[in-house]
Amino acid sequence: MSTKKIGKQTYQPDNPPVLISTGTVVGPFEGQGPLKDYFDHIYTDLTAGERSFEAAEKEMLLNACFTCLNKANVTPQDVDFFLAGDLLNQTISSGFSALELRIPYLGIYGACSTSAEGLCLATMLVDGGFASYVLAATSSHNASAERQYRYPTEYGFHRKPQVQWTVTGAGAALVTPDGEGPRITRFTVGKVHDLGIKDPLNLGAAMAPAAADTIVRHFADTGHGPDYFDLIVTGDLGKFGYQLTVKMAESNGGFDLTKNYKDCGLILYDTGTQDVHAGGSGCASSAVVTYGYLYKKMMEGELKRILLVATGALHSPVSCYQGNGIPGIAHAVCIEMI
Amino acid sequence: MARDPKKKPLTVDQKRYTEMVRDLVPRPPYLRNAALAYLFGGLVAVIGQFFTDIYKITLNMSDKDAGNPAVATMIFIGALLTGLGVFDKIARYAGAGLAVPVTGFANSVTASALEFKKEGLVFGVGSKMFMLAGSVITFGVVTAFFVGLIYALFVF
Repeated sequence: MSTKKIGKQTYQPDNPPVLISTGTVVGPFEGQGPLKDYFDHIYTDLTAGERSFEAAEKEMLLNACFTCLNKANVTPQDVDFFLAGDLLNQTISSGFSALELRIPYLGIYGACSTSAEGLCLATMLVDGGFASYVLAATSSHNASAERQYRYPTEYGFHRKPQVQWTVTGAGAALVTPDGEGPRITRFTVGKVHDLGIKDPLNLGAAMAPAAADTIVRHFADTGHGPDYFDLIVTGDLGKFGYQLTVKMAESNGGFDLTKNYKDCGLILYDTGTQDVHAGGSGCASSAVVTYGYLYKKMMEGELKRILLVATGALHSPVSCYQGNGIPGIAHAVCIEMI
Repeated sequence: MARDPKKKPLTVDQKRYTEMVRDLVPRPPYLRNAALAYLFGGLVAVIGQFFTDIYKITLNMSDKDAGNPAVATMIFIGALLTGLGVFDKIARYAGAGLAVPVTGFANSVTASALEFKKEGLVFGVGSKMFMLAGSVITFGVVTAFFVGLIYALFVF
């Protein structure tokens, strides 16, 4: 019988681990957005001085990791586990970063929910006494993701209104038992949902049922409602996924999310002037917003308690061409200043 | 999309949800897109005609002969604009107006070739160049074969 489990899918660590430091880097386009002052580094070049977009993504992930470690004055030798994942086939950005970091590595994949998945696992490792430092990181790159999932970057076509823009950037967080900073007090591991969306250009709608289910499950398991949090953020649902989540939380659980719910993919960009259609997407969306903007807001005391619900679409171009639906997943992590 | 004949029917929940999504997500602005495609497609044709006339006058070619260098010129312009990173920005507005003429073909081949340059000449450019245009060539050739067959059987 688990002593840390509350309800059906939610877990509460006995000693909530601390997010002792974070590191975030973004690409040039994200660096023009409204959150630009909250990132540690903004690249001026989409290739980050490397010879390919894939190499650039790895460089960004490594930079985020080293920035995060430097801020906490921790060397890679001190870190017990490196938990990382990204969108590229066989998660090469993470694997190649682990090669240079020389930290024992566990590769994870939750598509764009990887940030929260990493935090859930890091919490287990730290609270379970397996580690004193866990580095959880993730990255995505617009050009490398586009060419794997969609079309070559220079290919010309009309963009539909529900299309989202893959965020270029990387975020890393260092999790440890003691120290100053926000703590992970609860987390809910989500189930995979497929409600029949087959359009890989409409990922927000594909992931919204998973997001709504995980949010409602978290509330049911913990007994907290939306008012308990200063802010609830989903990872990358975009404009339509956001509206669908609000509707489904209302219809499935009777929760009113309209007051304090935002989506990372929508606050990262100025949707009026930046041409991102329905908003941002990708692993980096939730990572850079949470580890950059929200982390700093928490350290400044402006936010006391947030619920991060990172959402991922677990499809591949092959599964879509073979006519399958798009399975969505979402994990929720409650981060509190205590 | 009925790619799989043994496709599972949607459950009640899935049906209700997909209907909810369909109602929420706006349709692309078809009329505006069609109008822009019409204008840009016409513009491409005018430019093509301009080159045909140029070749007719300067090289003293017949109407039919001047078509070939004119098409080659349009392909060159499409490829060049792709390489300069301009084509996709124009195509965001022009859509099918640029995609249907030979400029779209040039764009799909050049964009793929550029994208996979990093994987080398053999496994990158050479094999991935036709990843988008390959279907057009395959079905173009197949259609041409059958049209030719019908022509040979019934016309002669």
